[in-house]
Amino acid sequence: MSDELLKVTNLVKNFELRVDKGARRRKRIVQAVTNVSFSVAKGQTLGLVGESGSGKTTVGRCILRLIEPTSGSVEFEGQELGSLKFEEMRALRRKMQIVFQDPFASLDPKMTVGASISEPLIVQGVPGDHADKVLELLELVGLSADHAQRFPHEFSGGQRQRIGVARALALNPALIVLDEPVSALDVSIQAGVVNLFEDLQSRLGMSYVFIAHDLSVVRHIADRVAVMYLGKIVEIGDQEAVYANPTHPYTKALLSAVPLPDPKTERTRNRIMLEGDVPSPVNPPSGCRFRTRCWKAQDVCAQEEPMLAVRPSGQMSACHFPES
Amino acid sequence: MTEKVLEIRDLHVTFDTPSGPLEAVRGIDLDVEAGELLGVVGESGSGKSVSFLATMGLLPARVRVTGSVLLAGEQLIGASNKYMRSVRGRLLSMIFQDPLSALNPVHRIGDQISEMLQSHQSLSSRDAAKRAMELLDIVGIPQPSDRARQYPHEFSGGMRQRVIIAIAIANNPKVLIADEPTTALDVTVQAQILEVIERVQDRFGTAVVLITHDLGVIARVADRVNVMYAGRNVEQGTIDNLFDHPSHPYTRGLLASLPRPGKQRLKPITGFPPNMVKPPRGCAFHPRCDFAADICKSEMPNLVSYGNLQTACVRARELPKSERFV
Ligand SMILES: Nc1ncnc2c1ncn2[C@@H]1O[C@H](COP(=O)(O)OP(=O)(O)OP(=O)(O)O)[C@@H](O)[C@H]1O
Ligand SMILES: Nc1ncnc2c1ncn2[C@@H]1O[C@H](COP(=O)(O)OP(=O)(O)O)[C@@H](O)[C@H]1O
Ligand code: SF4
Ligand code: SF4
Ligand SMILES: [Mg+2]
Ligand SMILES: [Mg+2]
Repeated sequence: MSDELLKVTNLVKNFELRVDKGARRRKRIVQAVTNVSFSVAKGQTLGLVGESGSGKTTVGRCILRLIEPTSGSVEFEGQELGSLKFEEMRALRRKMQIVFQDPFASLDPKMTVGASISEPLIVQGVPGDHADKVLELLELVGLSADHAQRFPHEFSGGQRQRIGVARALALNPALIVLDEPVSALDVSIQAGVVNLFEDLQSRLGMSYVFIAHDLSVVRHIADRVAVMYLGKIVEIGDQEAVYANPTHPYTKALLSAVPLPDPKTERTRNRIMLEGDVPSPVNPPSGCRFRTRCWKAQDVCAQEEPMLAVRPSGQMSACHFPES
Repeated sequence: MTEKVLEIRDLHVTFDTPSGPLEAVRGIDLDVEAGELLGVVGESGSGKSVSFLATMGLLPARVRVTGSVLLAGEQLIGASNKYMRSVRGRLLSMIFQDPLSALNPVHRIGDQISEMLQSHQSLSSRDAAKRAMELLDIVGIPQPSDRARQYPHEFSGGMRQRVIIAIAIANNPKVLIADEPTTALDVTVQAQILEVIERVQDRFGTAVVLITHDLGVIARVADRVNVMYAGRNVEQGTIDNLFDHPSHPYTRGLLASLPRPGKQRLKPITGFPPNMVKPPRGCAFHPRCDFAADICKSEMPNLVSYGNLQTACVRARELPKSERFV
C-alpha cells in the first residue's frame, strides 16, 4: 500500500521483573506485547481497544521508541526506526507525537500554557519566538489567546487535554498516538474533545492511533479497529465489520459487556458473561491466551496457538472456532 | 405504598477552602425506597460523593452539614459519633471505587468479614466464620473455604470488589451505597460486579444507591435515577421516563452527547462545569444552557413534577418536548 504511514510487524515487548522471595531471587518475564502487527494509512485512525494490561500503552510507547521493543519492526514513512541513528530518530520524532490519558499529570505545573506549547519547538531547535504559532495552536484547539499566560491549574480537565493536543500539534506531526485521551473527562466534555480530533484530522490530514477502553468512542472515531487481549491482537479490521460481526469470542464478549444507554435495549439484550479476570501476562495460558475464559474452548485451544485469518466479513481474527 | 428507607431533605454541605467557603451540596432532596436501585449521575464535582459521605457521617467534623437525613425515621444529621458508628455497617453501608484501600492488607479475607459481623451481632467466632463463607459464596467467590484464608493481595481487582460487597452486606443493611464501584474495573469484570449487586438487591431486599458517571450502567441496573449538577438535583424519575423524554436541559445535553452507532457528529454540552467556590447565580446551568433566559440568572429552580419526571428548571413547561436520543 502506497498510502501507508506506519507499519508495525511482529512487535514484541517483554519486561523483566525482579521478584525477591526470601533468599530466592527469580527473574520473571512480563509478556506485555507479543507478535503484534498492523498498519495505519495516511489520514486514517486505528482504534486500539482491550482491557487494562492488554498491552495498548506499551504498543504506543514502542511506536514512538519511548521504550525499546524486544523485537519486531516499526516502519514510519517506509523507514525502519530501529535502524536509525540518534540524530535521525530525533528528526523523525517531530513527526510522531503522543498525548497521554491524564490531562493533570502531563503538563508542567510551573510552566505557562504558552511555554508548554512552544517547548517542543524549542527542543527541536525551530527558530523564532513562536508567539504567533502558540496563538494559532490555541485557536486550533478551541482556546483563546489570553490562555497562553495562564498556568495549568487554572484549567479544567477538558481544557488541559486541549492544551496537551496543542502541544502535540506544534511540530505538525503526521502521526499522533492518543493514549486514552478522553477517559479522564466527563461525557459532556468528551464529545467536544472527540470532535476536535475529527476536525483536526480533516483539516491537517494526520493519522491517529487511538487507544481506549471505551468501545463506543472508538466505534465513533476509528476507521479500523484492533482488539487486544493479553498482549496479542485477537481481531483486527474495518470498524463496521468488527462491530457488526465480531468473529472472535473475546470481541463478542467485550461488546456485549458494554452497557448501552438505553433501558429497553438493556432489558432484552442477550449478554455473554465472562468468568474470572484476565490472567497474568507473566504466565499467559498456552495456545490461545483467551481459552481460560472462553465458553467455546476445546482441547486444541490449549495446544495450538490460533493464527489471524481472514473472515467472511473482511476482518481477521485468531480463533480455532470463530463466530460467524 | 412504597416504604422510604432514606429521606434526604435540604441537605447542604460546605467546606472551608483557601479560596473561601465551598458549598459542594446546595440543598438536595432525595428519597430511597425499600429494595430499589437508585442511580445517581452527574459530572465530576457535582456533589455525588459528598452527599452520601455526609449521609454516612463520614465527613470530618469541621465540615458544615445541615438539613435532614432520616434513615427508617431516625435523624442522622447531628447524631452522635457513637450512634453513627452503630449505623454504619449495620443499617447503611458504603463501598468505593478502589477496593484495595478499603481492605486491611495484613488480615485474612475471612477474618475481615467475621470482624464486621461480630462488631454488630453477638456471634461466636465459629458461626461468624461460617457466615463469612456463605457471604463469599453469595458474592460469587469460588472455593470460599480456601479463599477465606487468603490475603487481599492474592485477589484480583474484581475479586476484591466482591469481598468488599460481602463485608458491606454482612449485617444485611437497609441501604447499600456504592460510589463508582466499577469505574476502576474492566468492562467484562464490571458486568460481573453489577450482577452481584443486583443479586444482593434481589435476595436480601437491600436498597442500593449506585453512584456513577456512566449512563449505560444506569440503564442496565437502575430502577430510578437522580441527576445532579453543581450540588443540586436537577432531575429525577424512572429510567424509562428519563431516557425516553428527558426534560431538564442538562439531562438532554448529557444524553445527546453520547456516541452512538453511526458517524453523526457528537453534540457536546458547551462550556465547562462551574467553579463551585463561585457557582453561577440562579440556575447554575445557565451559562451552558441552550434555553437560558433572563429569569434563569436570578431564580434557583427547585424540583417540580412535569409529566412523569421531577425537574428543576424554571422554563421546563415552555421547552419543546425532547427527542428520544437512543
Ligand atoms: N475535603 C474537601 N475539601 C474541599 N472541597 C471538597 C472536599 N471534598 C469535595 N470537595 C468539593 O466538593 C465538590 C463535590 O465533590 P464530590 O466529591 O461530591 O464530587 P462527585 O460528584 O463525587 O465527583 P466525581 O464524579 O469526580 O467523584 C467538588 O467541588 C469538590 O472539589
Ligand atoms: N515498565 C514496565 N515494567 C513491567 N511491566 C510493565 C511495564 N509497563 C507495562 N507493563 C506490563 O505490561 C502489560 C501491558 O501493559 P500496558 O501496555 O500498560 O497495558 P494497557 O495500556 O493495555 O492497559 C501489563 O501487564 C503491565 O503491567
Ligand atoms: S481459539 Fe479456542 S479458546 Fe481461543 S477464542 Fe477461539 S474457541 Fe476460544
Ligand atoms: S432554569 Fe433556565 S438555565 Fe436552568 S436549565 Fe432551565 S432553562 Fe436552562
Ligand atoms: Mg494503558
Ligand atoms: Mg465522587
